[in-house]
Amino acid sequence: MTQKNRLSGGQIDRTKPMKFMFDGRFHQGYQGDTLASALLANNVRLMGRSFKYHRPRGPLTAGSEEPNALVELRGGARQEPNTRATTAELFDGLVAKSQNRWPSLAFDAMAINDRLSNFLTAGFYYKTFMWPKAFWEKLYEPVIRKAAGLGSLSMKADPDEYDKGFRHCDLLIIGAGPAGLMAALTAGRAGAEVILADEDFSMGGRLNAETFSINNEVASDWAAAAVAELSSMTNVRLMTRTTVIGAFDHGIYGAVERVSDHLHTPDAGKPRQILWRIYTNKTMLCAGAIERPIAFDNNDRPGVMLASAMRSYANRWAVTPAQRVAIFTNNDDGHRTAMDLHAKGVKIAAVVDTRPDVALSDDYQVLRGAQVLDTKGRLGLTFAEVKLADGTERTLECGALGVSGGWNPNLHLTCHQRGRPTWDEALSAFVPGDNLPDGMHVAGAANGALSTHGALETGMKVARQALEIEGRAGKLPQAEDAPVKITPFWFVEGTTRGWLDQQNDVTVKDVKLSHQEGFRSVEHLKRYTTLGMATDQGKTSNMGGLAIMAELAGKTIEQTGTTIFRPPYTPVPIATFAGRIKGMEFHPTRLTPSHYWAKEQGAVFVEVGNWLRAQWFPRPGETHWRQSVDREVAATRASVGVCDCTTLGKIDVQGTDAADFLNKIYCNAFAKLPVGKTRYGLMLREDGIAMDDGTAGRLAEDHFVVTTTTANAAKVYQHMEFARQCLFPDMDVQLISTTEAWAQYAVAGPNSRKLLRKIVDAEFDISNEAFPFMACGNITVCGGLRARLFRISFSGELAFEIAVPARYGDALMRRLMKDGEEFNVTPYGTEALGVMRIEKGHAAGNELNGTTTALNLGMGRMVSKKKDSIGSVLSERPGLNADDALKLVGIKPLNKSDKVTAGGHLMNAQGPVDAAHDQGYVTSAAFSPSLDSMIGLAFLKSGEVRMGERLRLVSPVTDLTVEVEVVSAHFVDPEGERLRA
Amino acid sequence: MIINHPLLGPRDSSEFVYLGDASLINRPDPDAEDRAQSFYEYGYLRINPAGMHRELWFHEAGDRSWLVVTRDTTTHEITSVEMARDVARAQGRSK
Amino acid sequence: MHDLTPITALGGLAPQVDTHGGVTCTEVPDVALASYAARLGQEKLAQAALKKVLGAAVPDVARLVEAELAAFWMGPDQWMIEAPLARHETLAEDLANAARGVASVTEQTDAWTRFDLTGDRLETVLELLCQMNIRAMRAGDAHRGSIHHLGCFVICRGAEHFSIYGPRASAGSLHHALVSEMKSVL
Repeated sequence: MTQKNRLSGGQIDRTKPMKFMFDGRFHQGYQGDTLASALLANNVRLMGRSFKYHRPRGPLTAGSEEPNALVELRGGARQEPNTRATTAELFDGLVAKSQNRWPSLAFDAMAINDRLSNFLTAGFYYKTFMWPKAFWEKLYEPVIRKAAGLGSLSMKADPDEYDKGFRHCDLLIIGAGPAGLMAALTAGRAGAEVILADEDFSMGGRLNAETFSINNEVASDWAAAAVAELSSMTNVRLMTRTTVIGAFDHGIYGAVERVSDHLHTPDAGKPRQILWRIYTNKTMLCAGAIERPIAFDNNDRPGVMLASAMRSYANRWAVTPAQRVAIFTNNDDGHRTAMDLHAKGVKIAAVVDTRPDVALSDDYQVLRGAQVLDTKGRLGLTFAEVKLADGTERTLECGALGVSGGWNPNLHLTCHQRGRPTWDEALSAFVPGDNLPDGMHVAGAANGALSTHGALETGMKVARQALEIEGRAGKLPQAEDAPVKITPFWFVEGTTRGWLDQQNDVTVKDVKLSHQEGFRSVEHLKRYTTLGMATDQGKTSNMGGLAIMAELAGKTIEQTGTTIFRPPYTPVPIATFAGRIKGMEFHPTRLTPSHYWAKEQGAVFVEVGNWLRAQWFPRPGETHWRQSVDREVAATRASVGVCDCTTLGKIDVQGTDAADFLNKIYCNAFAKLPVGKTRYGLMLREDGIAMDDGTAGRLAEDHFVVTTTTANAAKVYQHMEFARQCLFPDMDVQLISTTEAWAQYAVAGPNSRKLLRKIVDAEFDISNEAFPFMACGNITVCGGLRARLFRISFSGELAFEIAVPARYGDALMRRLMKDGEEFNVTPYGTEALGVMRIEKGHAAGNELNGTTTALNLGMGRMVSKKKDSIGSVLSERPGLNADDALKLVGIKPLNKSDKVTAGGHLMNAQGPVDAAHDQGYVTSAAFSPSLDSMIGLAFLKSGEVRMGERLRLVSPVTDLTVEVEVVSAHFVDPEGERLRA
Repeated sequence: MIINHPLLGPRDSSEFVYLGDASLINRPDPDAEDRAQSFYEYGYLRINPAGMHRELWFHEAGDRSWLVVTRDTTTHEITSVEMARDVARAQGRSK
Repeated sequence: MHDLTPITALGGLAPQVDTHGGVTCTEVPDVALASYAARLGQEKLAQAALKKVLGAAVPDVARLVEAELAAFWMGPDQWMIEAPLARHETLAEDLANAARGVASVTEQTDAWTRFDLTGDRLETVLELLCQMNIRAMRAGDAHRGSIHHLGCFVICRGAEHFSIYGPRASAGSLHHALVSEMKSVL
């Protein structure tokens, strides 16, 4: 536990040492370290193997743009693949493993791929495995997937919680470097609601990684003071560890806050991450810039990294990747790294500068007009081969090589609304174009202002512009303002295996090959070579590829163009998008008023939409659901049963035009329905197809209660509001849902009236004369509780539906059970309900399936010709009224023990069985205890004139052929005597 | 997307349910001679523009108003939001 | 007097109370609710009738008024009236009588479940629950929105007191959402 490469200073807390494990070995780091900085401190440069060739790799960067240092973090169910070691915060007890290697990181058998690289070049998938076709799925793909790839999943359920959250602000600032901090100070002091988000755990951006000063203060101290001032403003919210991942329409931004990723495990009840949706009027993108590498042979060896990253490790984390380092640069920035490391006592082997006229240094050797040609070292850099200005070659001994090819503004988020960057010749880089997402402004290095002064100045200026802040601007802090002089240098002449995209293993040679094979557009280049298609989206690689392509085509980079970025900015766990919407919380659950009581009875529940409904009530000794259901049906038909039907949608319709409104909504007539009566109603869509059905009871001249099917309640309400607001805006009608307000129970069976008589208060006469079939009215029960009573029947028996305020539903159910003991009252579930409605021939969702008309349902004559209603005109279309239109019929098997299945098709008794001879199909099937056989409801061509005909019910998928007879859909009590009793 | 509700101000589009072309307000005269044709056109023929589109949105998780939203289908720019009831009346719909 | 015992939306005989990190979530079952929608062309009369019952001007868009009774805006020309259940068991009937045909009144007491959140860090809890701009809400603001896919009213009665009305049948899901997020951020 030596930390051989640890330097002095830095923003780590040496009083808080932390022990961690990488590939089975313990190391020590400090609070404030990332996994990468801690590993480098311990002289571990090798952190992973590459995607395709399994080449040894170490960190290229010190941030979220990292392509190489991807590790598996944690273990067990929390194992997380492809975590960037450069952003993973160190915590005590952290366990990480390298990935994509076997058997070990140092000896990876799959590194043979590197020797086979000639066969694995651009487009190798497309070329190599063309034939035979079947080999692709069975052989090639599995082999390739195993060999090429990143980390592995735990295959266990994620034990953590994830949240979603919503925040609103006037100004969202993305990135808390000098531009972002200055913008936040400007906007915050002006009183605006500001959110400042930064992906790092420490705000300050590059100010934490540099040694220069602001206002005579160390840059990181200035940043800390700015953060302290912002923290004191109630109108400013600081969000660290928060990556803004996408810019969406109309000022909506997605952001992921890593709440607990820096902890060993999240605290109890605390989320691991929060997916924020941020609503903002204005946005400032202050995401800085990303240094770009230079391609040369074997530039991917561990130890080769961006010069700015090397500087970050030294200044912020007090770490050098090696005791002896070299720099390869085409601009002044590389010298900054050399100076900073030299000042920290690190030996500078040389600064290799491509520029012939650059100034020399007293502190270290500068090789002017020189280039790095190649590197050496088995699992990490040991030597760099340099070509000097005079053409001679020289070998530099170094354990790390910092590379600087200039800076690219980090404009990822400016592209999320298809914004296209524009080329800036002076910077030799793409800068944000003028087609930015709504309300977005860009400041600082992200907009090409690469000096600290430029960042602070534009941070202030753009914030004032964006928020239209009037008055005098505050004083700008003093900071360095080094001019940017860049002569582009993308790759070393003659390189072939110079890496461009280190994550997807794309080399200079691949780009050349792709060009040679005719892929000339950037989009084609990207897809053929996979350049920039890895999880880092080519943040460090795209420019190099474009530059080579431009050169090959004899064009400028500007003419060549660029691909654009899309969300997310960095990878996001799927679990974060899911949030809490998973498992039993995938949707809200709705419980019926009798739920707690039903649970006590041991009811089996079924999900119906969001509702949990009792499906059946097993009794001791019943071993099969059919036994319970058959018993419930028989008991209801013999005496009395009770079923919770609260779930049916209920819509209160009031107003002087309420009756006329229902006349429009239902295809049948409602205007003349007397007060105190209920009527069945069928709703059509405007195209004439049945939409929903239910009943409407008239409680007063201007007051109806409409019921809908459980599944369609929300949809029907929406449809009725559409009719009210958009089609008939001057009708005086008011709508409101009352579904949950009332606990409503069906009480069905020959003894239902007797049972209700014990509940309904004596002053209400519910005899057949006073309260006949289809009556409805307000009553009181159990000594004065307000209730509603409807005499309607879904089962075909004498039946009522009784409704009380929902809070009394539980008590009413218990009372019905107690008072019904003498009648052997039986609670029944949705299965028995379904059986009884099939026996009675009532249509339900299976029949109102979005393709059927009133005519199909046997209700063609219900569609009133005397009035207009939604769907009435188009229901008259000839195609829907053909002579052989499907009609609802019943079917029963000739052999009582045969099975009837829903979904089966009807064929004539003789003749071929194929679609051309199809006679119809079965929609619902059930075992009927009343008929002691299975029965079905079916749509049959000309069904109404085919009673008694014998057909075949076939189901080719289940090899079923059953002889059936066509009968009336009303298997039970076809005359309706029972329900009128 | 954000829909700027005429009464409630800017609201997230996820609070709304989308229906489609605002021409659905123009339900033809059910008593007209050519009703078969006009209802057929009303029910089935829609313009599907790449550009400005007037469309119906229902504020399901809000005040239950139907709105007519004018939106550019290529950019999602929303240029006007009206109460559908007002639009319907302005277009001569009544009872 | 009838002899049936009511249960709360969460299924208890007494309201449930949960406290975490200084925020308390209280189930509030003893509220009578009725919706009040002006009849077409009678909007002024309907408002006048409501004003009389409320003892205050009817609330504006997305606002709550608390006077003799309380009312909050639901939609164009539509309000929800709130009153203590013990004294207003027949709230809907009483309102209908007061409206004399200029408004449509519908019993809503048991259509909803109410949870009151009290404490000093409500914003941090509520911003994990709903999309609306909680930070901008002031006493008397009443918005309808979604909480974990449930249509809810979010009513600000003061900086340290919010009421959430959600669909009664989903009381369990709503309560779970509220308490989970309290534990998540407090």
